[in-house]
Amino acid sequence: MSPLLRRFLFLCGSIFAIVTFNFFLFHVIPGDPIRLIARSQRLTPESVAHLRELYGLDGSLLTQYVDYLKNLLHGDLGYSYSLQEEVSAVVGRALGNTLLLLTCSTIIVVVVGVAIGVFAGSRVGKKSDSVTVVGSLVLWSLPTFWVGMLLLFTFGVWIGKLPISGITTPNAIYPNVFVYFSDVARHLILPTLTLAMVDIAFFIIITRTSLVEVSGEDYMLTARGKGLSRRTIVWRHGVRNALLPVVTASVLYVSALVAGAIQVEVVFSWPGMGLLTYNAVLARDYPVLEACFLIISVAVLVANFLSDLVYRRLDPRVGLAA
Amino acid sequence: MSLIDSITAEGDAVLPPQRRGGTIKALWRDRLGRTGLLLLAIVTVAAVFGPMLFPFDPAAVGADASSILQPPSSAHWLGTDELGRDVFAQFLAGARISLVVGIMATLISTVIGAGFGIVAGFFMGAIDSILMAITDFFLVVPALPFMIALAAIFGQNLLIVILVIGLLSWPRTARIVRAQTLSLRQRQYVQRARSLGAGNVRIIRTTIAPHVGQLIVANTILVVAGCILAEATLSFIGLGDPNRISWGSSLHFAFVSGAIGRGAWWYFLPAGLGILVVVLGFTLVGHAFERISNPRLRGGA
Repeated sequence: MSPLLRRFLFLCGSIFAIVTFNFFLFHVIPGDPIRLIARSQRLTPESVAHLRELYGLDGSLLTQYVDYLKNLLHGDLGYSYSLQEEVSAVVGRALGNTLLLLTCSTIIVVVVGVAIGVFAGSRVGKKSDSVTVVGSLVLWSLPTFWVGMLLLFTFGVWIGKLPISGITTPNAIYPNVFVYFSDVARHLILPTLTLAMVDIAFFIIITRTSLVEVSGEDYMLTARGKGLSRRTIVWRHGVRNALLPVVTASVLYVSALVAGAIQVEVVFSWPGMGLLTYNAVLARDYPVLEACFLIISVAVLVANFLSDLVYRRLDPRVGLAA
Repeated sequence: MSLIDSITAEGDAVLPPQRRGGTIKALWRDRLGRTGLLLLAIVTVAAVFGPMLFPFDPAAVGADASSILQPPSSAHWLGTDELGRDVFAQFLAGARISLVVGIMATLISTVIGAGFGIVAGFFMGAIDSILMAITDFFLVVPALPFMIALAAIFGQNLLIVILVIGLLSWPRTARIVRAQTLSLRQRQYVQRARSLGAGNVRIIRTTIAPHVGQLIVANTILVVAGCILAEATLSFIGLGDPNRISWGSSLHFAFVSGAIGRGAWWYFLPAGLGILVVVLGFTLVGHAFERISNPRLRGGA
């Protein structure tokens, strides 16, 4: 079996496991969900039956499961208890906002993180290197939500210059699309900064370690022996090879990024999947919670599969060895 | 070698089992290791003795509006919270809960991870394939949404939080331990033990476990940091035990009560700093431990 096919089968198996697990998780909820939704002990049998049908809770567990799979294939994620709306519509609105936040912070994290990592990795043993390493370990030890709270306090409350909540100014009227974009951009600053600050440490440490390991290789010695400039040695010969483990590490990064985004969205009321999850937890809105968990997990699984493809493309040895 | 293999393939250097005293001494000689040990010592003392000197009673709310969100004073060293309770006492009580949850969750995670790793690496073949497929699944599935879903459904008490974190934090340990076990079982003394007629359990107990032990300890120290962060995050989201205030839930209440908007820095700074100090302490000690036991990493900061 080709390694690629194996990875693909693993992806399909994982998605199936998540879907099935998700179903059972939310159908073994302690207590009767119908009572929970209705918040009333005096329901007529007819209304109980109606609610059961509405939320797909009628029939045996097996028929419920089959119905669940069928609905999922049709993009039907159920009906939200608290928002009284199709879950797919709610999720559809949130997904784009989260992707915007993730894209912006990932660009900053990768570009700045790799640059700082190379800076430190090519100065091993010097003061600037140890300061970078200690600084990264401190950043990595910070809870993301607390960094968000600090930035919110500093820039939103104390200095009061930046918007601290939501994605646009409430009730704002936009004369043209540029004003709208600049408003969104201003709202993006603090959430992006928070997310980038913690996750950047990860890239700095990985890039640095990788560059230090590569520096001991024979071809680096050769490059030095040829009398190449320091910059050429580090960037052309070192960084190129050192970046492979950085791509590898993206598997762990995607998980950390998602965890960070959930916290940041809660702190800054950024209307994405994280805030949706948080509100669903507070309202005990299980269909929304279920959909959030499912979509975030599947997205991460697919992202990992794609980064595996990129990795194989970058390092032909991997494809052959497996 | 797949993508995931290459993340956790490190730890191949086989370490001789060291005496415990030697390890602590070596940690103390490492500058960052020493800083980490000191940070952990301070927090441990605060968590063990603090609540005895400054008991925290969640029910002892302030008498009237004038006791709410008061800035630090001689009566309340770190001011009061939105219910008029002493923030300093709450901070000390929170230290205890955060440490207990982090360490208990780590124990669960280590038992599962080490078990999976040793069994998969030792028996290889089909057992290995199945166990590692499960491990890889848990390695790539995002842990926090998983924890949120589980905690939201099974209710909020300390035991659930510990279980949820522990049951989702083991895959890296399993991967690292498996890699080490695979390399160990090829070694001559393991082969010799087998040819002398030792059974599987005996071989694992006498020749594999002692050598994997140190690796597990180094990894465990880093896992504690992750588990404490996970507890703080879950509690911040409002999934902590409402009757046992940890640093995370303290920050949850600070956030939802609007302490930030009211400028009550004394309420949201201490708990966050506490988390930072503990997590940094474990991270520094964990990395120092790795540097000591893995000579390839020496020469770095």
